[in-house]
Amino acid sequence: MTGRSFQADFARALREPDRPLPDGLTDSRRFAVYRNTHAVTLAEALAQGFPVVAALVGAEFFAALAGAYRMAHPPRSPLLRLYGRAFPDFIAGFPPAAALPFLADVARLEWALLDSAEAADAPALPPASLAALPPDRLYAARLTLAPAVRLLSSAHPVLSIWRAHQPGGAAPGPGAERILITRPAFDPVPVALSEASFAALRMLASGATVGEAARHGDLTEVFTLLLDGGAITGLS
Amino acid sequence: MSFSPKSLAVAGSLAAALAAHATTVQAASGQEKCYGVSLAGQNDCAAGPGTTCAGTSKVDYQGNAWKLVPAGTCTTMALPDGRHGSTEPLTRDMPTG
Repeated sequence: MTGRSFQADFARALREPDRPLPDGLTDSRRFAVYRNTHAVTLAEALAQGFPVVAALVGAEFFAALAGAYRMAHPPRSPLLRLYGRAFPDFIAGFPPAAALPFLADVARLEWALLDSAEAADAPALPPASLAALPPDRLYAARLTLAPAVRLLSSAHPVLSIWRAHQPGGAAPGPGAERILITRPAFDPVPVALSEASFAALRMLASGATVGEAARHGDLTEVFTLLLDGGAITGLS
Repeated sequence: MSFSPKSLAVAGSLAAALAAHATTVQAASGQEKCYGVSLAGQNDCAAGPGTTCAGTSKVDYQGNAWKLVPAGTCTTMALPDGRHGSTEPLTRDMPTG
């Protein structure tokens, strides 16, 4: 047997408890420990990356969800932090979770926060250099946003639900929400956006000029949130 | 030198944002960057039950997943005006427009 096929057998037996031991192994009790550790480690990584999803569904359901996800999406990278990348979409297609229509979007928010946390650092433009721009130059400018910036929108109040699960969080209100994530210092910070600001930010993020984005309305909120988030890293 | 009214309006928005930002920055100084302390669970070594020899327990929940109903904090989340979360789809408060 080649090393490669032994590894494939080993990996398959690890995921599927009903499969026989890979050839060459004899102690099923020891293999069961390995198998258990594999499952528990991945489930815990998900629970730690998606704490609000876990709180919303409870431990028993989350364990089942994590198990189903593990079968459908075995880890593809040695980096455990990447393991939850497909989790939001998986939840969206997981029939037992259909009773919680907001759950997949809460998971999208939690993934965006994880992803933002791992994005590259980029120094923000000094506010003075922005202040010095002539109005016509600003109007025609395209902004480079920090790699940690994320934009999301949901038909559900996902940021309010997420906040309700943070220490001291208030109960969520109803309604659609639009969210900007920036990383002003070390941790990603999500903030709610008006519809107009979300539309303007989306345009800026996709390379539109400041003047084009201004068609969606006043940009004061957009500039304030980007400056506070250290999110403007360049101009062209 | 003259500028278009639109570009002046945008410049006004930026000026207001810069003024608001200046007060935020004053309030948030005094932090330092600390490398090597990753988010809990985002490193590649999970300490705790995952690293112990937790034994031979059956870990495949797949078979019973389809019978499970979420039982977390959903129904206990209090919303304004006496609303509560639901484990069934709701028709109230649908977004309009």
